[in-house]
Amino acid sequence: MSAMLLPLADFTAPKIEYNELAPLLVVFGAACVGVLAEAFLPRQLRHLVQLTITVVAVVVSGVLTGMLMNGKKEIIAAQGAISVDGPALFTWLILLALTLISVLLFAERSVDGGLSAFAGQAAAVPGSEAEREGTAARIEHTEVFPLTLFAVGGMMLFAASNDLLVLFVALEVFSLPLYLLCGLARRRRLISQEAAMKYFLLGAFSSAFLLFGIALLYGYAGTMSLGGISDALSTDTGNDTILLAGTGLLGVGLLFKVGGVPFHSWTPDVYQGAPTPVTGFMAACTKIAAFVGLMRVFYVALGGSRWDWAPMMWIVAILTMVVGSIVAITQTDVKRMLAYSSIAHAGFLLTAFVGLAQAGSGVHNGGITSTQAVLFYLVSYGFPTIGAFAVVTLVRDAGGEATHLSRWAGLGKKSPLLAGIFAFFLLSFAGIPLTAGFTGKWAVFSAAWTGGAWPLVVVAVLSSLVAAFFYVRVIVLMFFSDLPADSPDVALPGWQTTSAVALGLAATVVLGLVPGPVLDLAARAGEFIR
Amino acid sequence: MNIGWLTLLLLLPFVGAIVTMLIPKAKALTAKQVALGFSLVTLVLTVIVAIGYHRNGPDDYAETYTWIKAFGAHYALGLDGVGVVLVVLTALLSPIVIIASWNDAQSGRWSEKSFFAWILGLEALSIGVFSATDVFLFYVLFEATLIPMYFLIGGFGGPQRSYAAVKFLLYSLLGGLLMLASVVGLYVVSAKHGAPSYLLTDMMKLDISQNTERWLFLGFFFAFAVKAPMVPFHTWLPDAAGEATPGTSVLLVGVLDKIGTFGMIRFCLGLFPNASQWATPVVLVLALISVLYGALLAIGQTDIKRLIAYTSISHFGFIVMGIFALTSQGLTGSTLYMFNHGLSTAALFLVAGYLISRRGSARIADYGGVEKVAPVLAGTFLFAGLSSLALPGLSPFISEFMVLAGTFSRHKVIAVIAVLGIVLAALYILLMYQRTMTGPVRAGIEKLKDLNAREILAIAPLIILIIGLGIFPKPIVDIIKPAIDSTMQRVGVTDKAPQIPVTEGQK
Repeated sequence: MSAMLLPLADFTAPKIEYNELAPLLVVFGAACVGVLAEAFLPRQLRHLVQLTITVVAVVVSGVLTGMLMNGKKEIIAAQGAISVDGPALFTWLILLALTLISVLLFAERSVDGGLSAFAGQAAAVPGSEAEREGTAARIEHTEVFPLTLFAVGGMMLFAASNDLLVLFVALEVFSLPLYLLCGLARRRRLISQEAAMKYFLLGAFSSAFLLFGIALLYGYAGTMSLGGISDALSTDTGNDTILLAGTGLLGVGLLFKVGGVPFHSWTPDVYQGAPTPVTGFMAACTKIAAFVGLMRVFYVALGGSRWDWAPMMWIVAILTMVVGSIVAITQTDVKRMLAYSSIAHAGFLLTAFVGLAQAGSGVHNGGITSTQAVLFYLVSYGFPTIGAFAVVTLVRDAGGEATHLSRWAGLGKKSPLLAGIFAFFLLSFAGIPLTAGFTGKWAVFSAAWTGGAWPLVVVAVLSSLVAAFFYVRVIVLMFFSDLPADSPDVALPGWQTTSAVALGLAATVVLGLVPGPVLDLAARAGEFIR
Repeated sequence: MNIGWLTLLLLLPFVGAIVTMLIPKAKALTAKQVALGFSLVTLVLTVIVAIGYHRNGPDDYAETYTWIKAFGAHYALGLDGVGVVLVVLTALLSPIVIIASWNDAQSGRWSEKSFFAWILGLEALSIGVFSATDVFLFYVLFEATLIPMYFLIGGFGGPQRSYAAVKFLLYSLLGGLLMLASVVGLYVVSAKHGAPSYLLTDMMKLDISQNTERWLFLGFFFAFAVKAPMVPFHTWLPDAAGEATPGTSVLLVGVLDKIGTFGMIRFCLGLFPNASQWATPVVLVLALISVLYGALLAIGQTDIKRLIAYTSISHFGFIVMGIFALTSQGLTGSTLYMFNHGLSTAALFLVAGYLISRRGSARIADYGGVEKVAPVLAGTFLFAGLSSLALPGLSPFISEFMVLAGTFSRHKVIAVIAVLGIVLAALYILLMYQRTMTGPVRAGIEKLKDLNAREILAIAPLIILIIGLGIFPKPIVDIIKPAIDSTMQRVGVTDKAPQIPVTEGQK
């Protein structure tokens, strides 16, 4: 009978599961409201309103996510485009929690003479009269808040995308705001703009790789959906060239976002140039989204060809750990050092990813799976990271943040509390027991070993040693060096930075001492569904 | 009755550390008194626990709570004979070091009180290490001890202290991280057998394939060999002990390094009995090299503290030899050796520290004729030296004899060569004594003050114990023996010759 009707009537409205997608929709909706607020509200009101919108949206979205997790309903939503499964919900929750802390840092105005870390007018030429006027008039870019919302919405979508096309769209949605945010630093604007430019160009290249990979995989499987590709893998044995080329190109694009060697070269420059609160946000949240996306694509869609890509990933994991740790030793800038440290951490995460310990394949009841380990590690890495960058914003001299390591000499004398907290974060990065970093490392190593990748574990512990060296060097510098005469000041933080640091510290301690609840939560997240 | 004695022992110094830290900087004296008070109370409690253990056995002191379920980790504490001895040693040395270092921390990088707070922190963690019965908990505490020790070395001591502290830390971390790999491996093995559990009692039941067992053993052994330290992983010790204050050196060599040999008994032999037997030849040779090489290098030293550090390397060689001889006499001897070495090296380091603080130099060449100016100092130095070279009648003699006798019953050649170590010990101690204490009085020595009451108070308990245990070691041997027997049983070895009971052999 339907053949009798016009073709238009064949169109059935797509079924959208609004309940399950509510966390995403809240964030994107709030971002749009933020854009409108930016356009219509008078300047004085914007900061407060934007901050309120952002915080409320993030909190509401977080609560909704929590409710979904409680409901334990895992579905493929939006006609197979988005997978709202356990790992996705867990990722949403940590992304939102870390975004909340980052947003607090974005809103901080008391460390730099009543102005935020963002440029007054990004369009004004650095050092020009217009820039000075803007500063004098206390103009600031409150667009950062909706941009952040778009970014975090994109990340959430990225981590949950069940379709390569959605994956790509999500990637762009979260990357473009980040490019902008990177270029908005109030201090050292040239280096900030350079960072944004580099990030944008290299990011565009990597997007192209990703897109090419998607096209090839589509050519191989005839579908974009992750489940469909997996099915094609299990039935079709021909045309491996396209499959391998597609996998490789897709891997390049994803590893770029993760910061895996040899696709890491943007990280130090961008981390150094971007406004420090943005660096913290990127270091924590981008890594989380990118990693979950990477795991989803490779586990769900390409799990059937794991023997093809696993060897290459072994090499990337080893390179990432080794290069990240060794090159970090030579860094003289705190932010660059933390950038290389984040690369090394990506390497540790990759060990668990490559280990591929999944329930049913080597993991017995109660054992740690790769997904669980990676999710836990991302939590245990995210909080100290933002906390550490928050500390970096506080060490200042006349030119803004004093990020050169030599300027941190003797900080332990000047502000034992701040230096002590930073040292604690560094110890956590180094994986010293009783910190979050240790339990995280333990989890990924055991997942890697369970999957049979014990050589990676050995490389990882040796890289940890090298990494420990450069973390300890900073501690030595802060506590064991004499205070130079022209040492930078430690700014008195407002409540925003204070709470960001305090939250980071609390999470680092709690996850180090009683990681059980979060581990269980990550275990309950289970595996990716398709 | 079990009221969480061990938790109490662990918490008390920890609370003491925090309280000490909270006292205002200006009241350094109060801080020191508080720290001393806490360490003394801990000592009293430890003695009560030790006596209770002697009477009622280990069951009263076991505590087990699940800590991280997903990892199979527990907060589990318990004592065995070896653990008790080392807990007592830790609790004993801490107040002694606090008294002896009363004025040593004034020229440190940080406030005086922090030195004493770190000592208490180290004491708490060390007691935890010696009583942990969960591998994960042990590993966590094992690594955590690095932090107080790092700050003790790096904050207070000689000009090269930062370098020494970092070297110490990196060596220890290298060992520790390789052990982490093995700890993770143990988890994987455990998880394959059902619900993962790190409890020692569960771990011992695991059936580990031969190859895996050997690799895991190597990870643990390497960490302990760095810690102990054995040649060729020893180079951090002379630097650390040479730069640190004498008190820190006592804790480093007397307590912290014992974790290495303690771990060999409890974890290497306990968890990997077959691999331990497999590795015995190599380990014994390494131990033998440590004995001789440490002693030879000690003879050649020009710095008093470095010399003592090298003597310890030689002594640790003996301890490891006794452990891996795998005879009950050797193992008992080694455990006793750990205790006695703690006493004698503490005495030696402390008296040397007194001497060095008076003259302001650690070079042997700067001294001469001290015995004419400061007879008490010279006398205690001689006594400490003689106990270090294992003079019969003093406690180290008994343990050294047991180690050699135990090794001889199984590995004759090695034991015979190791006896050379005793001869060399006499050389390095007596040469040092001769050069510093006898002969004409050197310039700069004339006005050297003799020991004061506080310094004598710190050293007196050590002297009394060294003599007392030299004459009557039975109580401590009685405590050690059952633990050794169960370890022997676990490894599956029995003594070769028809055995003469250990204690009677010494009478």
